[in-house]
Amino acid sequence: MFHLILFLFFGVICVAGAVNLLVQSHPINSALSLIAVMASLAVEYLLLGAEFVAAVQVIVYAGAIMVLFVITIMLLNAGKEERSKGSRVAILIGVPGVLIGGVLVAWTLLYRSNMQATVPIGALPGDPADIARLLFHNFLLPFEVTSVLILIAIMGAVVLASRPEAVARAARKDEG
Amino acid sequence: MTPNPYLWLVPILPLAGAAVNGFFGRRSSKKAITAVALIFCGAAFCLALLIAASFSSASAPYYFNLAHWLRSGSFQVDFSFYLDQLSLVMLLVVTGVGFLIHIYSVGYMWEDDGYYRFMSYMNLFMFFMLTLVLAKNYLVMFIGWEGVGLASYLLIGFWFTKDSAAAAGKKAFIVNRIGDFGFLIALFLMIKHFGSLDFTRVFAAVQTLPTETAGVGLLTAVGLLLMVGAAGKSAQIPLYVWLPDAMEGPTPVSALIHAATMVTAGVYMVARSSAIFERAPMAMMVVAIIGTLTALFAATIGIAQTDIKKVLAYSTVSQLGYMFMACGVGAFSAGIFHLMTHAFFKGLLFLAAGSVIHGIGGEQDMRKMGGLRQYMPWTFLTMTIATFAIAGFPPFAGFFSKDEILWKAYSSEYGSWVFWLIGVITAFITSFYMFRLWFLTFFGDYRGAAALDPQGHDVHGHAAPGHDDHSHGHGHGEPHESPWVMLGPLVVLAFLSLVGGWIGIGGRFEHFLAPVFQSGAAAELAHATAGEAAGTGTETLLMLISVGAAFLGLFLAWTLYFRRPQLPARIAASLGGLYQAVVHKYYIDELYNLLFVKPLIDGSTEILWHGVDQNVIDATVNNSASAARHISDNARHMQSGNLRSYAGWVAAGGAVVIAYMIWMGVWVR
Amino acid sequence: MVPLSYYLVLSGILFVCGVLGFLIKRNIITIFMSIELMLNGVNLSFVAFAAHWQALSGQVFVFFVMVVAAAEAAVGLAIIIAVYRTRETLNVDRVNLLKL
Repeated sequence: MFHLILFLFFGVICVAGAVNLLVQSHPINSALSLIAVMASLAVEYLLLGAEFVAAVQVIVYAGAIMVLFVITIMLLNAGKEERSKGSRVAILIGVPGVLIGGVLVAWTLLYRSNMQATVPIGALPGDPADIARLLFHNFLLPFEVTSVLILIAIMGAVVLASRPEAVARAARKDEG
Repeated sequence: MTPNPYLWLVPILPLAGAAVNGFFGRRSSKKAITAVALIFCGAAFCLALLIAASFSSASAPYYFNLAHWLRSGSFQVDFSFYLDQLSLVMLLVVTGVGFLIHIYSVGYMWEDDGYYRFMSYMNLFMFFMLTLVLAKNYLVMFIGWEGVGLASYLLIGFWFTKDSAAAAGKKAFIVNRIGDFGFLIALFLMIKHFGSLDFTRVFAAVQTLPTETAGVGLLTAVGLLLMVGAAGKSAQIPLYVWLPDAMEGPTPVSALIHAATMVTAGVYMVARSSAIFERAPMAMMVVAIIGTLTALFAATIGIAQTDIKKVLAYSTVSQLGYMFMACGVGAFSAGIFHLMTHAFFKGLLFLAAGSVIHGIGGEQDMRKMGGLRQYMPWTFLTMTIATFAIAGFPPFAGFFSKDEILWKAYSSEYGSWVFWLIGVITAFITSFYMFRLWFLTFFGDYRGAAALDPQGHDVHGHAAPGHDDHSHGHGHGEPHESPWVMLGPLVVLAFLSLVGGWIGIGGRFEHFLAPVFQSGAAAELAHATAGEAAGTGTETLLMLISVGAAFLGLFLAWTLYFRRPQLPARIAASLGGLYQAVVHKYYIDELYNLLFVKPLIDGSTEILWHGVDQNVIDATVNNSASAARHISDNARHMQSGNLRSYAGWVAAGGAVVIAYMIWMGVWVR
Repeated sequence: MVPLSYYLVLSGILFVCGVLGFLIKRNIITIFMSIELMLNGVNLSFVAFAAHWQALSGQVFVFFVMVVAAAEAAVGLAIIIAVYRTRETLNVDRVNLLKL
């Protein structure tokens, strides 16, 4: 009962935040609502017993990634969204498409499968020790690969975002 | 049937000559070309003579199977050759007259640039004609049939840079094809009902069928269709229109193909198929009627023509009509007899006309000739013999053969006095226009270049000097005699025109050909004896009447064109419209143009060209190309560079895939 | 005692909102944030299924998803900065150099 109330409460916050993201015209408002979504998602994870995942969600997602977004918004001085002609296709067939897809999936999941099974609160406790055991034994390869991935991402980000003069100055400094 | 291994060599030798001259002639000297052409043709002639010498009626007919051709179930056709008395006569005529005309062409065509081509085509023609004559089945005969049509086209349009010559060649070939259509249908009927095209098998099968006196049935159909083919090839009504136009070709061509040999192929074919015709009396009647009408019709056109070759062309059509009349009344051997004598004197007439044309620098209009007998004595002499022969004066060749036909037309069980009467009238007209030609050309004063036509009419005719494309650079100077290479064949043919008919005296020729026309021969013999008994008197009377008709024609021509040359003009003027109609060949060409040619061309242009070719075929191709362009033009808008539209497409596509998967997973189960 | 389907419906709603944001919004950064929203929705369903089937590898996978999302966000924002430098605009409709 309590579980259900908690779930619904934070679920509503999630949905409200998502809708708000769509509705707001200034990107900073959208960013802040996204942070709200992530935070309530962390609570949902906790309700399912995924402690580690919830923590990582807050630290990494809400704490690092969203900060990155906010910094970029500030850096680029993004203002209100302006009206532009845009693409008719996206609105005319994209939106109905995704809505229909979503409805279909929901309908299938709800009425055509036996997903009526309930999940008790804290169903699968995911403490760091268990997660680590899996991560470093069964999923070692993906783990290493993702570290390489992060390295590449760092290098790419640095190169892409640097100013051209900075690169030239660095090159001259190397020669000289 | 005895095999004769030399039969196949006779057609092949001229083919070899044609090939050698065709491939190597362009770079060879004229002497070499001449040698090749004459040697191969002459060799065929010598071989024919040898075959004739060794021919014995007891071991006839001879045959030779050269190679397999078609095997289809139970139907088979081979390249086989056949020699019986009928083929032997045709063989000797074709090779003999052909060889003489080859010799003549050496002189006539020497100056021409296409000399090697001419000799090659002439040899090619000999090959096809000999194939036709020596064939053992209708299909090999058809090869020859088509091949002579091809050779005719090539030779009529020999001077192909001239529009009228090219058009004449086309006309000949196309009209021939119409006849060939009938021939082919007849062949198909034979294949269907007799299962074979071989002469012996077909005629044996025909013997088992009853005579179709009612005028309907398979044999009547076959006979009529064969006659359609013969009408095309041998220029009978209604398919004769190509022959006068064919005079565009060089004169040796007119002599060989359109007088002596090719046009007689139809007669040969009808004679060969005598077994079929004798069991289809209605078809025979049709043959006789067509022949008789054509004979009269063409003769009437001949009296008003001013081009010397055109007169001879219509004369050929008329004489062919006689041959068909003979076949139509069951006198096949008489028809073949006339074919042989006609080859002699008509070939001679054409060659002599060519000599005249050659001698006066290319002029063909008789109104511009006259008094040439002083300048060309030998030509005059030989042409005189030929004219008397064709008019039917005894003892020349034409008299015997024509008289035979007229007698049989009267007395045969298929004949009637109507045929005889029309035949006599035609003989009178023939004599008239031939002597008209004779007087206009050789007597009176030379009316040379730029002389006005004495009849005072601007008559429709080909009057251009150099029309034969044959002027020798002598200018319009003195008319002169031709060289001996051209006169030699004239003399030989004149001799044959004189003595050629004597073979028929006492029925020797008919007796020789009797084994070929077996069923007919029996009836002939019976009737002949009956006729002999009752009508030797009648026969002599009829003979005298026909000779009288010939004299009458000579007298009339003498009066109008020698004694009183002003008379023809006044007669023509008083006849007015009738004369115009005759001069314009009864406007038949214009009629055909209106009825057949123009609608065909218009229909072809509108329906087939614009309708089908442009609007359907081209349109399909063009429209599919432009459709592709339009589709891609519209599809191009998907690549807008706009991120959101890409996303929109992805979302829509994703929805489709999800829907499909759900449908497969949920409903299909 | 919350039925599993509720979690999945919530996850679906978040995902759909993410796609809608991608389609509707014109600011590049907002579009990126919609992508993050989509990823979050997916993460939720991973965790829910992991709880339902008692398979811990579901949560491990969420971990990997987050790593990838972080890398992608970093690189993507760097690209946005580079695009902004050249095109002086954050409106995605103006950035259509790929147009045929």
